[in-house]
Amino acid sequence: MLLQPFHGGVRLPPHKPGDAAPAPQSLPLPPELVHPLPPPGASGACAVTVGQRVRRGQLLAAAADARGAAVHAGSSGTVTAIAPRPVGDGEATCVVIATDGRDDSAPLPPLADWRELPRERLLERLAVAGVVGLGGAAFPAAAKLAAPGTILILNGAECEPWLRSDEALLCHGAVEVLAAAQLLAHLCRATRVLLALESRMHGARAALQAALAAPGAGGVELVAVPTRYPVGSERQLIRVLTGQEVPSGGLPRDLDASVHNVASAVAAWRAIVHGEALTERLVTLGGRGVRGAGVYRVRLGTPVAHLVAHAGGYTDAAARLVLGGPMMGQAVVHDAVPVLASTQAVLVLGADELRAAAPERACIRCGDCAAVCPAQLLPQTLLAQLREGELEAAAQQGLSDCIECGACAWVCPAQIPLVQLYRDGKSALQVQEDERARAAQARARHLARAARLARDAAERVARVAARAPATAPAAAQPAATAPATPAAAATTAAAPMDKAAVLAAIARGRARRQAAAPAGREDAP
Amino acid sequence: MTATLLAAALLLGLVALGLGALARRAGADVDLAARIDAVLPQTQCGQCNYPGCRPYAEALARGEADIDQCPPGGDAGARALARLLGRVPKPVNPAHGTPGPRVVALIDETTCIGCTKCIQACPVDAIVGAPKLMHTVIAAECTGCELCLPPCPVDCITLVPRAADAAAVPTRSTA
Amino acid sequence: MKAFAVAPAPHIHAGRSVTRVMGHVLLALLPGVAAQLLFFGPGLLLQLALCLAFAAAFEAAVLRLRGKPLLPHLADLSAAVTAVLLALCLPPLAPWWVALAGMAAALLLGKHAYGGLGHNPFNPAMVGLAAVLLCFPREMAQWLSPLAPLSLSPSELFDAVLRGVPPPTLDTLSSATPLDTLRSLAHEGRTLAEIRRTPLFGNVGGKGWEWIAAAYALGGGYLLWRRVIRWQVPLGVIGASLLVSLPFWLSDPDTHPSPLLHLVCGGLMLAAFFVATDPVTGATTPRGRLLFGAGVGVLTLAIRRWGGFPDGVAFAVLLMNLAAPLLDRVGPPRPYGHRRAGAAP
Repeated sequence: MLLQPFHGGVRLPPHKPGDAAPAPQSLPLPPELVHPLPPPGASGACAVTVGQRVRRGQLLAAAADARGAAVHAGSSGTVTAIAPRPVGDGEATCVVIATDGRDDSAPLPPLADWRELPRERLLERLAVAGVVGLGGAAFPAAAKLAAPGTILILNGAECEPWLRSDEALLCHGAVEVLAAAQLLAHLCRATRVLLALESRMHGARAALQAALAAPGAGGVELVAVPTRYPVGSERQLIRVLTGQEVPSGGLPRDLDASVHNVASAVAAWRAIVHGEALTERLVTLGGRGVRGAGVYRVRLGTPVAHLVAHAGGYTDAAARLVLGGPMMGQAVVHDAVPVLASTQAVLVLGADELRAAAPERACIRCGDCAAVCPAQLLPQTLLAQLREGELEAAAQQGLSDCIECGACAWVCPAQIPLVQLYRDGKSALQVQEDERARAAQARARHLARAARLARDAAERVARVAARAPATAPAAAQPAATAPATPAAAATTAAAPMDKAAVLAAIARGRARRQAAAPAGREDAP
Repeated sequence: MTATLLAAALLLGLVALGLGALARRAGADVDLAARIDAVLPQTQCGQCNYPGCRPYAEALARGEADIDQCPPGGDAGARALARLLGRVPKPVNPAHGTPGPRVVALIDETTCIGCTKCIQACPVDAIVGAPKLMHTVIAAECTGCELCLPPCPVDCITLVPRAADAAAVPTRSTA
Repeated sequence: MKAFAVAPAPHIHAGRSVTRVMGHVLLALLPGVAAQLLFFGPGLLLQLALCLAFAAAFEAAVLRLRGKPLLPHLADLSAAVTAVLLALCLPPLAPWWVALAGMAAALLLGKHAYGGLGHNPFNPAMVGLAAVLLCFPREMAQWLSPLAPLSLSPSELFDAVLRGVPPPTLDTLSSATPLDTLRSLAHEGRTLAEIRRTPLFGNVGGKGWEWIAAAYALGGGYLLWRRVIRWQVPLGVIGASLLVSLPFWLSDPDTHPSPLLHLVCGGLMLAAFFVATDPVTGATTPRGRLLFGAGVGVLTLAIRRWGGFPDGVAFAVLLMNLAAPLLDRVGPPRPYGHRRAGAAP
């Protein structure tokens, strides 16, 4: 198969010794599991109460909306609290379960005859089982699979250093992966199934080829893509495999393609064939700051501290705790946070592995960032524009096409935190867009009101004219002027305002509220 | 001599062609007022001394108004106007008001007497109510223009920070 | 519970720094320095020492005035690169005040007046060179005959550079540069074949100069290999000067020097790999860089042919520095997922 190169990208030190990933190790059940609920305000309601006994896979909260996912208990036990707990770099309301060690589960009925079942039924099952993308984005699989694609791409290219969870799955669960591929191909109505793995993954390739040789397996093309960060990013992978580019602001479905992480595919397969809700994932533990590096099978909700303690504990070198890969992962303050579906890895990096805390220097416009940018942007130009507050110009240059892969910041000799800057720029852009949408709405309402006032005035004039035909000449004059332009009507409606009157009214209101507050009649905001 | 003249003519011709192409790319001025109106915040507050955003935009297009008369747009809005009109950017003139956080009107429902005066004043029909019945502001539609404050006979309307801004900081990690 | 310090992603780094980039440039200049030493004697060492010392002094003084930390800014080696580039362009026996004036113009006017490294629109070394070319035309025109200065004694050398007293044998030692000679003899109506027979010229270009040019190209190759510079600028400079001089030479090889002669004489090779490739003052888009390099090449040749100076590298670079922001707007790359320009929906 002819592979297309993608622009830019960097070769990162892999930190992955050996040809094959180690077999996933199991962890003892943690005494406590922490499951974050959908954000407050979303309609997903908590389905359990404090003190209730739950079993593994039992629903804790239904999906809030199409972009949210159902949450299930990671093991059996008692709900001890529903309270805010640290999650990632923030805080969220969580269901806390004290495990009882029995680990009995509440499986859904298996749908072994999935080939005969309607597609909607299977998608509904995926939503109920809370299957989300395990490649880092944690987007609900049901929503993603709802759009069919003739090309199904299974993404096994984890291009970030240290990360080996998907590789471990391919090495040691090749048969499951191929079965999951058939299920997803059925769901997507795909005619072509590609399984992308890195050229570096010799062990995984051998395991998959052996599994493909078995009777009944097949229909899957193995493609070894070059190990070049960020080849595992959806857009870059599509470019490499198909030579096409996902349109800016679009989705893979625009190219009739569907990309799924291999671990998500297996989770979907297990949800349908075994009726298992998503309650565990493979997590890579790595970095110089921790002992027992490897791949672990971890229940969702397991505190990071538990994982680290059972793997072997911290070393003296531990300097930073990162959830996810070293390029896009999130540094967290402490290890009391739980492992989530998006947690591909727990890295405890030593100071010598981290980027030096060198002070930021002025950009020397070396252009290295542009050379490595997989979105083919000009990061140095964006930097200048964002620093100047030229948000629109940056947007025009394609700020929103930035995939935040971090290649520019990785290579920057001036140590400029470029990704952070682009993230801030993007959120400022979002605020601006919201503001513009509000303005458009206000404009529409204002025009509608002006039109209504004009119509009312015209009708009034017409009524007067009809009632007194004798005085027609007298009424004709206002009739000629009244149904003027909407703008003119607005002018009369909102007469030039008296600023002093407004200020006086505000002052009066404030004085009145202050007077009222001691009386306790109302709660002044 | 002839060569010099020829070269000069050629150079001038090239410059003329280039400038012509640039001018074509800039596009003819279809409706300047509409493009100005598009960057105004549409609060319809009248702080610019014009009765609404569109009249201000038209005044700007005619060259009668200055770019620093729109406090709700803030300094960023004045910058956008400056860029659009090719004028020198300047901050908002404090004579028209000081830019601040976006606000919405809130009617103290216990005090409201149902006089409908504020309903008539609202430029975007964001207040609902009927005579002798309590009124309320549709917060999502309110532009915070303050035009409802002066007509209120009982001073029951206050301005509060827009709730959407406060609530728009969800915890990122739960996604 | 263990606490950790947090920082935004990415958490790892390639380990490149401004210091390292400048260090590579200095390293890549070594072959050129060695070749120039070989042909024009140890005067270059004195010039290097002077320029580096002035650079350190000016940097320290200005950083102090600007209230900036001294060490990190000095340690980025950018001033050292400027100093070495300027020293390479000074005649080996030029008196010390030429280096002083050059470095003052380079660092004070060319760099810090605009806010320091990264903010300067003009290449500092070329600002310095242009300044001394304009202020000291006689000193700057006085180059030495290749290999001749090796007979100078150290005391004569020190007298010439540090006290401004030329050695008694100056007339036998010194000569104009090949480009100067070319120019003045061509004005006298000599044909190129005659000029090329003067002892100043070697097989390809000026005697000695051709080897120095080759040494610069070698250093440039190193920079390309280390990815400190990109291929667009050198290709632009060399390609454009070859392309422009070729038709002239083909039409009349007696009055127009060959493309190769142009390339190996004067500062064109130095400019192609070390000056025009200065990222701060050049264009940053790939296409812009190609145009930038081509502009430097064409302007250099134009100044050599019609201008008032034998070599126009400094002025060509400064002129193109002016055009760099404009060049950056020429055809920015198409971002991923965008249609090609013109094919807008």
